[in-house]
Amino acid sequence: MSLRIVVCVKYVPDATGDRHFAEDWTLDRDDVDGLLSELDEYAVEQALQIAESAREAGEEAEITVLTVGPEDAADALRKALSMGADKAVHVEDDDLHGTDALGTSLVLAKAIEHIGYDLVVCGMASTDGAMGVLPAMLAERLSVPQATLLSELTVAGGTVTGRRDGDAATERLSAQLPAVVSVTDQSGEARYPSFKGIMAAKKKPVEALDLEDLDLDAERVGLAGSRTEVISATERPARTAGEIVTDEGEGAGQLAGFLAGQKFI
Amino acid sequence: MAEVLVHVDHLDGAVRKPTLELLTLARRLGDPVAVFLGAGADAAAGVLAEHGAVRILTADAPEFADYAIVPKVDALQAAHDAVRPAAVLLPSSAEGKEIAARLAVRLDSGIITDAVDLSTDDQGPVATQSVFAAAYTTTSRVTQGTPIITVKPNSATPEAAPAAGTAEPLTVTFGDAATGTKVTSRTARESTGRPELTEAAIVVSGGRGVGGAENFAVIEALADSLGAAVGASRAAVDAGWYPHSHQVGQTGKSVSPQLYVAAGISGAIQHRAGMQTSKTIVAVNKDAEAPIFELVDYGVVGDLFEVLPKLTEEIKARKG
Repeated sequence: MSLRIVVCVKYVPDATGDRHFAEDWTLDRDDVDGLLSELDEYAVEQALQIAESAREAGEEAEITVLTVGPEDAADALRKALSMGADKAVHVEDDDLHGTDALGTSLVLAKAIEHIGYDLVVCGMASTDGAMGVLPAMLAERLSVPQATLLSELTVAGGTVTGRRDGDAATERLSAQLPAVVSVTDQSGEARYPSFKGIMAAKKKPVEALDLEDLDLDAERVGLAGSRTEVISATERPARTAGEIVTDEGEGAGQLAGFLAGQKFI
Repeated sequence: MAEVLVHVDHLDGAVRKPTLELLTLARRLGDPVAVFLGAGADAAAGVLAEHGAVRILTADAPEFADYAIVPKVDALQAAHDAVRPAAVLLPSSAEGKEIAARLAVRLDSGIITDAVDLSTDDQGPVATQSVFAAAYTTTSRVTQGTPIITVKPNSATPEAAPAAGTAEPLTVTFGDAATGTKVTSRTARESTGRPELTEAAIVVSGGRGVGGAENFAVIEALADSLGAAVGASRAAVDAGWYPHSHQVGQTGKSVSPQLYVAAGISGAIQHRAGMQTSKTIVAVNKDAEAPIFELVDYGVVGDLFEVLPKLTEEIKARKG
């Protein structure tokens, strides 16, 4: 038995930098540094733990980390490899510029099928677009069960089980492999790459794929294939400076006055 | 007039407020048709009609409760095929977004999530979103397929607009995938008696400055005086002072209330990402240099343990 795990990761702009739109209403990537989306680190961590458990049970396990993105996105793959993933696949193609979530899920699904998988692990959302729809889209495209937003999970005997903390209830979910899962930031701290891990990552294989390799028509992706379009984007005017008072015993009363003026009390 | 499908979020027939907001927004795009799945349709029909549903499509089957997500996608697809709507609207809850995601793939339709407003022009629905930690406001449209749009709570004030609200059974055929993910147990979250964080009109949040789990009583007391939900920053949650289900921010929940009160929160970008679309922002912090003060409509530089208890008393007194 062998457990093939694919972890989908995203290279995102650093949220602590100023982000701007380019003329075509896509993110101006020249403007800002990128990194592995923090929420995807939890996915890599869970994949590593699942693989470790499988190996302890005498099973073979292999983790492939997958990304779709520009050249720089290799940084995200390198980070995941240095954490302990075994190999990486990078889908890069000029025609992918401006691809929406629907198109990205198509490219990822094709790449996942190309790699071969028993389990796909995703973060709960990217830290940039933050739509949180990709895992469900992948499950739909791959025609496999989804067990998403898990705060803890176990894979054993060809079944994934886990806990999903919803707004109204906590659920326990169970699905047969192959399946797509996504994990939250409550699933467990992500490990830091060790020096040994960083050195080992340099030698790990990174496979480059383009749209032709995946037998994908360029018209289905990129801005051309996008099923949504941005009509306008306006930078929010800087908030007009609010009133700030220093409390010298009257702060609470002054704040109560403001709240009453705004009809909150 | 075109019809617009609205997915009803409810708990055993008790319709949640974001659905009433959706019905209000849906009326700008066409005639709202509510899709009610699971048990309790009779209890819900009145309130749905009261808020503008011209028709209510209902389906009940054990699959909706026993299996995750896909049975509801099957049902919405059936409703879509029956109605051929101008748009499908869902609440921006975790489940709402996942149903929308799978439906978008099936219909090969564009999807827009986390809209904060909806309008329409000669080409159809236009969704307003707040992006890059609310640094930009964008408008977008779906260019192919039926627009599938999820809307954040508090994006509209529910307005009564009595309509026929005729209930009709919806025929749903479940596909093979419907029973793929079994829900083996479900434990309802214990009610705190406070409003749900993402839906609340007012949120009072505490951060590192609160200093300890027991001190959150000060935050809770203020929240209760305002009828507000309680939030917490990541620092407070990571320190174990408040449950993660209350975390506001990039890796927690995104809130967009009428009033957001940040107490002892410095305002790191990750926190701002989760609360910056709040209509009115108020902060209390000892540190006059805290970045949260860049966002506020009203700020008090001061000790939250001095200011909050007095404010709570003042509010109680004014509410009399």
